[in-house]
Formats: sequence, C-alpha cells, structure tokens
Amino acid sequence: MAKTNTSKQEDTHVDGRRRDFIVVASYAMAGIGAAAVAWPLIDQMNPAADTLALASIEVDISKIDIGQSITVKWRGKPVFIRHRTEDEINTAQSVELSQLKDPQLDVDRVSNPKYLVMIGVCTHLGCVPLGQKTGEIKGEYDGWFCPCHGSHYDSSGRIRKGPAPVNLEIPPYTFETESLIKIG
Amino acid sequence: MSADKFSNPVVRWIDHRLPIFSFMDHELNEYPTPKNLNYFWNFGSLAGVSLVIMIVTGIVLAMSYTPHVDYAFQSVERIMRDVNHGWLLRYIHMNGASFFFIVVFIHIFRGLYYGSYKAPRELLWILGVLILLLMMATAFMGYVLPWGQMSFWGATVITNLFSAIPFVGDSIVTFLWGGFSVDNPTLNRFFALHYLMPFLIVGVVILHLVALHRFGSNNPIGIDPSGPQDTVPFHPYYTIKDFFGLSVFLTLFAAAIFFFPNFMGHPDNYIPANPMQTPAHIVPEWYFLPFYAILRAVPDKLGGVLAMFGAIAVLFILPWLDRSPIRSGNFRPVFKIFFWVFFADCIALGYLGGMPAEGIYVVLSRVATAWYFLHFLVILPLLSVIETPKPLPQSLSKSVLGGSAMAGAASAVKEKV
Ligand code: HEM
Ligand code: FES
Repeated sequence: MAKTNTSKQEDTHVDGRRRDFIVVASYAMAGIGAAAVAWPLIDQMNPAADTLALASIEVDISKIDIGQSITVKWRGKPVFIRHRTEDEINTAQSVELSQLKDPQLDVDRVSNPKYLVMIGVCTHLGCVPLGQKTGEIKGEYDGWFCPCHGSHYDSSGRIRKGPAPVNLEIPPYTFETESLIKIG
Repeated sequence: MSADKFSNPVVRWIDHRLPIFSFMDHELNEYPTPKNLNYFWNFGSLAGVSLVIMIVTGIVLAMSYTPHVDYAFQSVERIMRDVNHGWLLRYIHMNGASFFFIVVFIHIFRGLYYGSYKAPRELLWILGVLILLLMMATAFMGYVLPWGQMSFWGATVITNLFSAIPFVGDSIVTFLWGGFSVDNPTLNRFFALHYLMPFLIVGVVILHLVALHRFGSNNPIGIDPSGPQDTVPFHPYYTIKDFFGLSVFLTLFAAAIFFFPNFMGHPDNYIPANPMQTPAHIVPEWYFLPFYAILRAVPDKLGGVLAMFGAIAVLFILPWLDRSPIRSGNFRPVFKIFFWVFFADCIALGYLGGMPAEGIYVVLSRVATAWYFLHFLVILPLLSVIETPKPLPQSLSKSVLGGSAMAGAASAVKEKV
C-alpha cells in the first residue's frame, strides 16, 4: 500500500514537472508568435522604402555672395549654406574649445572654410533658426538664433547659449566642382 | 430583481433576458447620491457630454477632410466655406476641444480640493489622470490635422521631445514621423490615431464610472454617507441638476462658437504649413501652456522633457503623497491656503507658457515650476503629518441642516419624500 502510494506521488511529481515544462513551452511559443505578428504592425510606421530612397541634391553655390546665405530643401528639411565673411571665419576659428558646450573645431565642421553647410534644424526641438536672411536676428554670437526657446548658435553653427544640447548638424556633402556641392 | 418594476411588457421581456433596463435603473435612477453635492459635481457629466459632442462632430468632419499634406489645409477651408454647415461643425469641434479641457480642469481641481483621490477612490483618480493623458494626445494630433503653421511646428516640437531620450531617442522620432521630418506619413497616421483615441477614451471613461459607482461620489465635506438619510436617488434630483448645469454650459459654448470662434485659437494656423520657416513665436494650444512652461523652465533638454511628463506623473501617485485621512479641504485650514497658492501657480504657469522664453519670464517659470513639484512632493506629504484639521461634522445631514436637533428633522423629511 505504502509503496504504491509513494510511487503514485512520485508519478504525480514527475507528471507535474513535465506539465510545467509543457505549460512554459506553450506560453513561450505563444509569446513568440504574438511578437512575430505584432512586429509588422509596429514596423510599418518606420520610414517606407520610397521615403528612404529620397535622392541626394546638387546645389550651385556660385551665386551666393560673400555674407549671403541660401536655404535648400533636403529630405524635407532646410539646409543652410552660408558664404562666410573673413570676419566670421576668423571669429569661428579663434574660439577656445573650453568655451563650447559641444566642443568642436571650426575646421572639423567645414570642408571649405568659406562655405558653411549645415542642417537648419535646431537641435533642441526642431525649429528652423533665424539668421539666414539679412535683417533677421542672428543671436548673441552673430550666427543663428532659434526663436522657439532661445538657442544661440555662432558663425560656425555651434551652440553657445540656450537649451539646445549640440551643434547644428552637418549633412553628408561633397564639392563636385569649385561651385557645385552634392548633399546626401 | 423584480420583473414588475417595469410596466411595459416589451421592456420586461428584454430585461429578463438582457438586464439592461435593470442596470440603468440601478445606476441612473435609484443610485443613491450624497445629498450635499455642490455645483462642482456637475463637471463629470459635462465632460461626458463634451466627449460625445467631439465624437459626433469629429465623425462628420472626417467625411469632408483629406489627410494629405497637399490637400489637408484646403479641405479644412472647404469645410469652412463650401460644405453645408461645415463652418458650424468645425467651430463646434475646435471650440469643443477647449471647452472639454476647461471642464476637465475644473473637474480635476474639484478632486484636488475635496480629496476625491483618497481611499477608496485611488483607482478612480488614476483612471481620470489616464483620461487626461489620452485627451492631450488626441487634442495634440487633432490640432495637426488642419496643417497650418502652428499644426506643423507644434507637431515638430512635440515629437522632437522624444529625441531627448538617451540612445534610442532619434530612432523613436523617426518611427513617429515615418520619415526624416514631419511630413505626409506623419499626417496620415495622426489622422488614423486621432480617429481612434476618442474611442479609447470612451473605454476608460466606462472603467472610470464603474470605479465611481463602487463607492459612489465623494462630497463637499468628504465624510461617507452614514445611511439612506444622507443620500437622495440620482433621478430626479441630480439628473435635473445636471441638465441645468448642461444648459448653462451649452449657452456659454454657443456664445463662443457664434461670437468668438477663433478667440482660443491662433491666427498663424490659418497660414498653410511651411517646413522651411518657423513662425517667430510658436505656442501650443492654451490647455498645454502650463506644461509647456515647465518644459521650457528647465535649461536642459532631457531634464525639461522629464519635468513636463513628471508634472502629470506626479498626479498618478498623488493618493500616496497626501496621507491626511481628512478628504475635504474645508476642514484642513493650512491645506486650503496651499491649495489656492497651487491653483494660482498653475494659472501663472499657463500665462508664462504663452510668453517668450527670455528675461524675467524664464526666472518666473523656474520659480513656478519648482513650486508645482514642491507642492506635491514636499508640502502635501508634510501637511498630512503636521496639520491639525478642524473637527468633522458627524453626518452629511448635520452639515447640511445645522445642529443635531435638525438632523432628526432631516431624516423625517426624507421619509416623507
Ligand atoms: C477626445 C475627443 C476629441 C478631441 C479633444 C479633438 C480635438 C481636435 C482638435 C483640437 C482639432 C483641431 C481643430 C482645428 O483647429 O481646426 C481637431 C480636428 C479634427 N478632428 Fe478631432 N477631436 C476629438 C475627437 C474626434 C473624433 C472622434 C473624430 C472622428 C474622426 C475627429 C476628427 C477630426 C477631424 C477630421 C479634424 C480636422 C478638421 C478640423 O481641423 O476641424 N475628432 N480635433
Ligand atoms: S527648438 Fe530651437 S530652441 Fe527649442
């Protein structure tokens, strides 16, 4: 009697563990299945193939006079191209790295110091800073000023004052010729 | 459940199989309600009506609206000029959002003053805060749909908030946009979600009401009804009071729609969206201004975003911050003062959120933001320990009718009714 009892108990015990395993395994499979179904539903929100394929653009910069800027559209965003004055280049180059919130040398931000090419989107929350057109506020560092929450950028597009965490972004670009740049 | 409660045989037949009429009778007719509720208790039903108004006008607007960057602005202008009664429907929807928020804000401050978030109503309160969050998301996405300058730049700034999250921030923003900037995919999904979310709100509202009817309404003196002598049936006493409140509300609402339909809007939203040019002074809709002020008050990007979301998050844990067993502010002399200071602080934040972020405004925003959190995280927990409350009345009836002799009279009157 006692013997059968024990073996019965052992049986249930073994059965119980087997069942635990089956239960855990089926929950795991169901979980993986649910995740596999959810993924396309979520990932469809990421950029579509045609959005990703947005072509690069070419810009003729020969028409930009010294001290003038133009704004072109690339990937739905404004890109600032500024033909800088001697003065602006000198100030930008003479700034000590220790004075900068996001330390970067001016030479690391341009391929030709005369032309500053950068994405005209404030790194704080995405507004387009002022300072492209003559007469617009250029901020305390004679570069760009974002009116949304008051970020000041210098003549190299580096953040000097305000809530923006980093410098204005530099897009990938190359000089095709002296006066033609390809962005993207 | 006695079937002969209803005289109509059809109603009886249905109710026997699907007790929907018994349910309505129980929750809307005989439902015992404290008899001392003041007009601040009207705002729950007003919020419900506002939600229905938004859903009805929204669905008919959707029949003429086109969610595409090239057509959205024009389709809204067409609603305003050519669609039959389109101007009315849009003005109702546009101003309805503002009135909805006014009602809900009053509803929330009512809860804050009378301690309606305290046990056993913590989940009821939490569901309410959840509704507020869903409403904010819905209104934000709705405001993007007309695709004006404020729509576009509001969407840009708010979605960019998520870029503050370390490491994954930029991927999240790209995911939200479906591209590299706020563009057509963004507008499309915002429309889909703007259509969906009000129905999610309906779901949470139902849970909110289930939780409410578990223990019934709180009341201005914050003690529980001690028996039937302290309550009245919901119908006709509160149905009629709610209808009266509703007619006042609708009068004010109609005045806004017909006489000042654009007062609470921003003129820049009648300029079509231009991704290359930010308006000189961008502001969100007025109901977001206090939160916007908190965002801007913190000089750090991630810090600002955390503070802004924290301002709502702190409401979720409020039932555990204010440990005082006394619900109503009427019996908490010190709390009462701080409540009004906090109220003024919220108004100040709203004002500051609309001002440019420079000079004295920045300083004031920081002070007001600090006070906001100080109120919840330091003052309320401290008050629950050090404050000496005033003596509570013994029952609702006594507080309504005065001295103890009157309490007996009150229940006698009740019996006659
Ligand atoms: C919680 C409820 C809702 C809130 C708070 C809300 C809020 C808003 C807001 C603030 C606007 C912008 C108004 C403007 O400036 O033109 C808007 C627009 C719109 N909403 Fe809603 N909405 C709600 C429910 C709905 C529902 C259920 C629909 C159904 C599809 C809807 C459809 C639309 C459409 C088509 C527009 C664009 C037309 C327009 O701008 O007037 N809304 N909504
Ligand atoms: S977006 Fe430029 S300062 Fe906030």
